Amino acid sequence: MNEQPFRNETGGLIDRARPVRFVFNGRRYWGWDGDTLASALLANGVRIVGRSFKYHRPRGVFGLGAEEPNALVQLGLGGRSEPNSRATQIEIFDGLVAESQNCWPSVRFDLGAATGLFSRLLPAGFYYKTFMWPPRWWMRYERPIRAMAGMGRCADAPDPERYEHRHAHCDVAVVGGGPAGIAAALAAGASGARVCLVDEGARLGGMLLSTGEQMDEGPALDWVAEAETELQALPNLRILTRATVFGYYDDNQLGIVERVADHRAPAPGEPRQRVWHLHARQVVLATGAHERSIAFGDNDLPGVMLASAARGYANRYAVRPGRAAVMFTNNDTAYGAALDLQRSGVAVTALVDLRAEPPTVLASRLAAAGIELIPGSAAVHATGGREVRAVAISRIDEAGVPLGIPREIPCDLLCISGGWNPAVHLHAQARGKPVYDPAIAAFLPGNPVQAERSAGAARGRASLGACIADGAAAGAAAAAAAGFQLKPAPLVTRAAIADDGTGQTPLRAIWRIVPAGGRKRKRFVDLQNDVTDEDIALAVREGYRSVEHVKRYTTLGMGTDQGKTSNTVGFAHIAAALGGDIAAVGTTSFRPPYVPVALGALAGMEGGKHFLPNRRTAMHEWHLGAGALMLQSGPWLRPQCYLRPGESIDEAVRREAIGVRNGVGLVDVSTLGKLELFGPDAVEFLERVYINRWRSLRVDRCRYGVMLREDGIVFDDGTTTRIGNTHFFMTTTTGQAPLVARRLDYCRSVLWPELDLRIVNVTEQWAGMTIAGPDSRRVLARVVEKLDVSSEALPYMGYGTGTIGGISVRVFRISFSGDLAYEIYAPAGFGTAIWERLMQAGAEFGIAPYGIDALNTLRVEKGHVAGGELDGRVTADDLGLGRMIKPDGDFIGRRSLSRPGLRDPARWQLVGLMPEDRNTPVPPGAKLVDGKSDRYLGEITSTAWSPVLRLPIALGLLSGGRSRHGERLYATSPLAGRHVPVIVGSSTFVDPEGKRLHA
Amino acid sequence: MLIPCPHCGQRPHSEFTYGGDATLRRPSDPALAADEEWLDYLYLRDNPRGLHREFWHHTLGCERWIEVRRDTLTHRIEGASATGARRGTRT
Repeated sequence: MNEQPFRNETGGLIDRARPVRFVFNGRRYWGWDGDTLASALLANGVRIVGRSFKYHRPRGVFGLGAEEPNALVQLGLGGRSEPNSRATQIEIFDGLVAESQNCWPSVRFDLGAATGLFSRLLPAGFYYKTFMWPPRWWMRYERPIRAMAGMGRCADAPDPERYEHRHAHCDVAVVGGGPAGIAAALAAGASGARVCLVDEGARLGGMLLSTGEQMDEGPALDWVAEAETELQALPNLRILTRATVFGYYDDNQLGIVERVADHRAPAPGEPRQRVWHLHARQVVLATGAHERSIAFGDNDLPGVMLASAARGYANRYAVRPGRAAVMFTNNDTAYGAALDLQRSGVAVTALVDLRAEPPTVLASRLAAAGIELIPGSAAVHATGGREVRAVAISRIDEAGVPLGIPREIPCDLLCISGGWNPAVHLHAQARGKPVYDPAIAAFLPGNPVQAERSAGAARGRASLGACIADGAAAGAAAAAAAGFQLKPAPLVTRAAIADDGTGQTPLRAIWRIVPAGGRKRKRFVDLQNDVTDEDIALAVREGYRSVEHVKRYTTLGMGTDQGKTSNTVGFAHIAAALGGDIAAVGTTSFRPPYVPVALGALAGMEGGKHFLPNRRTAMHEWHLGAGALMLQSGPWLRPQCYLRPGESIDEAVRREAIGVRNGVGLVDVSTLGKLELFGPDAVEFLERVYINRWRSLRVDRCRYGVMLREDGIVFDDGTTTRIGNTHFFMTTTTGQAPLVARRLDYCRSVLWPELDLRIVNVTEQWAGMTIAGPDSRRVLARVVEKLDVSSEALPYMGYGTGTIGGISVRVFRISFSGDLAYEIYAPAGFGTAIWERLMQAGAEFGIAPYGIDALNTLRVEKGHVAGGELDGRVTADDLGLGRMIKPDGDFIGRRSLSRPGLRDPARWQLVGLMPEDRNTPVPPGAKLVDGKSDRYLGEITSTAWSPVLRLPIALGLLSGGRSRHGERLYATSPLAGRHVPVIVGSSTFVDPEGKRLHA
Repeated sequence: MLIPCPHCGQRPHSEFTYGGDATLRRPSDPALAADEEWLDYLYLRDNPRGLHREFWHHTLGCERWIEVRRDTLTHRIEGASATGARRGTRT
């Protein structure tokens, strides 16, 4: 049952005691614990894993790790589904489900492949050239084209997984757990520095896991195991595996995504992935190198694979990635791969080397293994339908052009090596500028800008010995730079490797094989985006010069792999087409993330209600018990209204509002911002932040105040009470409360540090409630002690303290609704107790709680402004509050009031509006027009149904509004399709004389 | 980026709210300020390259304004200090 036809019986770093069952494209397969999806599919002989982006050509596994351009799969189901997952980095587990992308109806037979027949119509930039013209038509083409040229699908359900973020600090961060990284961690760790070693793989070892190299003492992996044991014993060292450093940010901060439970079910409370914000004093980048591709005819057929990848499948996973292989290289490293493949049971028939004179030591090893060496030659094209069947080989001339009639060698595996690109991504993200080194024909890290250094293959070191020595030196230097005394690290010195003479001969920098004639075939530079050498040449012919522009026009190096295997090949071709050299072309910018990161991981816990947690007032539970319909108001949950059985929301709001106007009601106002100001200069401070006068305010009196921004626009309003000679209690609007607190502290500590006062934000400390209505005094008098609430003792805008049920309360005779009303503040913990006392005492007066809709109705009727009017564009004068401005003295915003724009008589001013028919509701947000000019004159800011007038009313801002009372306009809402004739009038609909307030 | 809050210690910048140029001075008597001077104070800001003194509010910490010296080119933070006068028995 568990047959894996391409798996060897022995060898590899897999656990044959633990079989794993998984599903790919609806079929069940077996693999072993330790496999990736790619290795398990290859073991099962699955060669076609996806279809290409543009031409829908069949594609197979090409790489071994993060560089993979082809084997992208849709992983998982439902809300857990993740597109564009690299099969080369997915560890398989029981129950894994994955699917090919970008194919229909199936990966082996894909109708979209017909686009290949029309590929002449799909050159570089074809979107811009063909389909976007005429612009109107693009709307029709866009959908089908985007569906054809696609990657994976987004999950269509919310992600049920947990993600978390963690901050950590260390002295030395080592990125990459290959030989150089391990040596760096050993050297830095010995010094006592806090070291964090981060590797993207499931286990340490890096390329050693794939190459199976030897040291003088034995297998290099034994050394890795010993080093890991030693590192784990160090208390100052942390190892993160399955953790990819995706971003190098300012201030030496690394962004790391750790795949905690992608390879197994998460333990209870464990996240799927964890993002680390690692703050490192020094960073060692031992990120290794990526092998490059070579462009030749049909080089995208399944079975064409990087030499290092084929070697890795053979050594690490005991998988034969093919039966018969041909190697094609421009450098030394494919020789070791050929020998390892041969050893693992793949029949390696030939090694084609672009170099005319390959190193003799390597040539003799091939000869000993019975592999034919074909020097000075190139693979001109691969042949086969859906997979490689053979490769055509030709000798090449000095310029790399094939000569003569090619010879065909049958094979089902074609391993290519175009040399290596150091992974300079993080160095470049840290603003380092990579420098081209012609010796290895690759970009090396340049001068570091941040506190980082590269080591090993990441800076072009080729041999294992050189990588270990380089890593140890970098680790020691980093620890020293972080201020630590160096100590010897014996394991580093023991890692001796005898020089075998390889890696000395330079590569031949050719990455493109173009025959003089013959059948036209596509030569792919970028496999993921289906970019051919012709596309690049076309872009250059059309005038694109900058590598960044060519990238965007051709899509070279875009997508999920960001050109890890293709960029140098592409840049070399741009350079050739421009007639310059690659150093002058440069690289495109390296930006985070190094590999795609799930948005869920970046969001972490800050999703849903954790993004903006709800705030609840002290009386929240009481509201729920009373049947309140709770409304989200900014972060707060507030009662919208208290529904009685059979009532609609409108009916409840009307009942509550009428109840206040005719009797008594109780509303929760705990959400108002509350600040206490103490100090001899507190009154001077108020003079400077409010537009009105404060010195004259007597103790035990409240005053309404308006604050401006420095540009003269109203910032906030509220009441402030003089509780003691040098002690004030300020309330702010609910919405602006945090901003007012922040702004006032700025004024105090930055603008006027010489003023002697303190400001304390006590919003959370006090529960607030307003008892309002003609009967409110009678109710209050029944429960309050030690306070005379008669109008003589506690007049309008008066203040006093008393007790209710033995609890101290602050009582302010303030009214937002326009009726006789008292704001009562109690320590938050006693809020519900006080509220219940008031409800009990009010029972015989028919007291009812009211919500913010009724509160809004009452204040609109009274003409008090709130958020709808205070929209960040109005001045005090616009609101009819200009007379509050004190005649002299500076305050925030005063200087700006003389700006002509703020004095324009045509400014929008606050007005009240009624429907002409006294019946039709005014549409919220409607524009005010006069039916003659084509400009609108103002807009509706608040609407309500007036319980006193018993008709719909509205507040609005209207150009020159105060001089237009009596005019007939239209409130028009094209959105709602409604146009209502309205009459302009005063914004105060009830009690303009304020009799109710002073009752 | 870590900001060394003088009250709370090294904290990630995500806890802070940016507060703008700390070298800016509000005219001592705005009524006497010429329109150009007021315009300059109100709206016009330099975008310096290199060391910059600026205010940050430790919104998710001590809720106090601090003055930070930051290199706008490298985001390196050279230091931070408290704002406000320190006299009497203030904490």
